[in-house]
Amino acid sequence: MAPLVEFQNVSKWFPHTTGRALLRTHITRWLGASRKDNFVALKHISFRLDPGESLAVIGSNGAGKSTLLSLAAGLAVPNEGTIAVNGRVAALLELGSGFHPDLTGAENLILNAALLGLSRKKTMDLSEKIVEFSGIGDFINEPLRTYSSGMVMRLAFSISINTDPDIMMLDEVLAVGDSSFQTKCHDALADFQRAGKSLLFVSHAPAQVREMCEKAIWLDHGELMMEGDAEAVLDAYSGGMALKQQAGNQAI
Amino acid sequence: MWSGDYRFVISSLVAKDFKSRYRNMSLGVLWSLLNPLIMMSVLTFIFTQIFGNPGDKDYPLAVLCGLVPFNFFAIASLSGTTSLLENSFLIKKVPVPRQIFPVASVLSNCLHLLIQIGLLLAAIVIFGRGVNINWLWLPVIWALEILFVLGLAFLYSAVNVYVRDTRYVVESANTILFWLVPIFYSFSRIPAQYQAVYQFNPVAALVLMMRTILLEGQPPHLGTLRNLLLVSFVTFGIGYFVFHKLKNGFYEYI
Repeated sequence: MAPLVEFQNVSKWFPHTTGRALLRTHITRWLGASRKDNFVALKHISFRLDPGESLAVIGSNGAGKSTLLSLAAGLAVPNEGTIAVNGRVAALLELGSGFHPDLTGAENLILNAALLGLSRKKTMDLSEKIVEFSGIGDFINEPLRTYSSGMVMRLAFSISINTDPDIMMLDEVLAVGDSSFQTKCHDALADFQRAGKSLLFVSHAPAQVREMCEKAIWLDHGELMMEGDAEAVLDAYSGGMALKQQAGNQAI
Repeated sequence: MWSGDYRFVISSLVAKDFKSRYRNMSLGVLWSLLNPLIMMSVLTFIFTQIFGNPGDKDYPLAVLCGLVPFNFFAIASLSGTTSLLENSFLIKKVPVPRQIFPVASVLSNCLHLLIQIGLLLAAIVIFGRGVNINWLWLPVIWALEILFVLGLAFLYSAVNVYVRDTRYVVESANTILFWLVPIFYSFSRIPAQYQAVYQFNPVAALVLMMRTILLEGQPPHLGTLRNLLLVSFVTFGIGYFVFHKLKNGFYEYI
C-alpha cells in the first residue's frame, strides 16, 4: 500500500537573514552564495506513515518538529530530499490558524473550508455540524477578534475534524481548550482513528502520545534520533533527557 | 497536491476582502462612487475655471473617462502588491496554491470597477452622448487591462515578499503615473514624438480608447489595441513566470 506520508532524506535549512527582507540581503546572498550561514532545521530525515497508523513527533524545543510538520503539510518546500503525501491534509499548526479578525466566525468558517479544499455545497452541508461541535453558540456571528483563545481553538479544531481529512496534523494545540472540550477533542480524534484515518502529532505530553499514537519519531537538533514504537521512543527520549540533565548538573 | 474548488476559494477570498474593507465604513460601497466624483469635480474646477476655458462642456466626462481606468489601475496594482503579505495568516497555515491571493485581490477590485464603470456609463447617457454599438468594445479592452494588472500583481506581490520596499515603489510609480496618463488633458495635447510611448502605456491606451468609444462614438484605434494586447500578454507572462520562480520561498520570508 502507498504510504500516506513519506519523507526521503529530507533536509531543510533557513537563511540566517530571514526576517530581513532587504534588497541588500538578497544581493549579497546571490553574490556570496555561501551556504555556511544557513541554519539547518532538519538533516536527512526519512520516515513513513502508513494508512491507519498514527505518528507522534517528540523532541525538545527547537528540534525541528514544527518545521517537519510545515513540510508535511505542504506549506514549505524542502531544500533536499523528497516528500510524498497521498490524501487530504488538515493541519492545525498553531492557534488562530487562518482566521481573519474582522470577519465573523461563520464567515471565517466558509473561508477556511474553501481553503481546505471543500466545495461550496459540502461546506454549507457541514457548517451547522461544525458550529454545533465547536459549542461556540451565538458567538459564531461575532467577529473573530472578540473570541477568547479557547474559542478560536474550538472553531479551528471543529472545522479541521469535520472536513473529514485523511490525515490530521496537530501541533500542540489541544492543550488550550477547557477540559470538557479537550475530552470532546480526544473522543473525536479516537473516532477519527477508528475510521482508519491517521494523525501526525507534535506533543510534549507522553501520556497523550501513548494514548493516541502507536509510532513515534524523536528529533534532536534537526536529526532523527529514533523511529519506532511510541513506547520505546518515549523511553529512549526520557532516558536521553535524564542523561543530558545529569551531564548538565555535573558540568555545574 | 491541493485539490479544491478554485471558484469557491477565490469567491470566498473576494468576499473576505470586500467585507473586511467595508465592515467598519459608515458609507460602505458609496466610497467607490464618491471618490471619482470628488476628483472629477476638483479637476474640472481647476482646469476649466483656473487654467482652461470655462466653456468646455465635455471636460467633466473626459476627466471621468480618465479617472475610472486610472483609479482601478492604481488601487488594484497596489492591493495586488500587498496581497501575499496581507494574507500571510493564510499562507502560513494552508497549502493552497499561492496564485489565488493576487488573483482574488485584483478580482475584488473589479467589483469596485463595475460600480465605477456603471457611474461613468450613466453619466455618459445622462449628458446626452447615448449608447453606441462601439460599447461592445468595452469588455474587450477592460479584459486586457485586467490581464495586465494581474500580471503586475503576480510580479509585484512575489517581489514584495522578498523586498518590502516594493510596495512604496509601486505607490510612488502610481503617483507619477497620474501625471503621465492623459487624465486631465487630452491626448492631442501630447507632442507627436511622445505619442508612441504613451500608446505603449496600457493605462494611457485604455483612457484613450475609453474616450474614443464613449465620447466620439468611434471604434478604438487598432494600433493602440494591438499595443495593449501585446503589453498585457507579455506582462502577464513575465509576472506569472517570476511568481512561479519565487513562490517556494514565500513561507520562509513571510
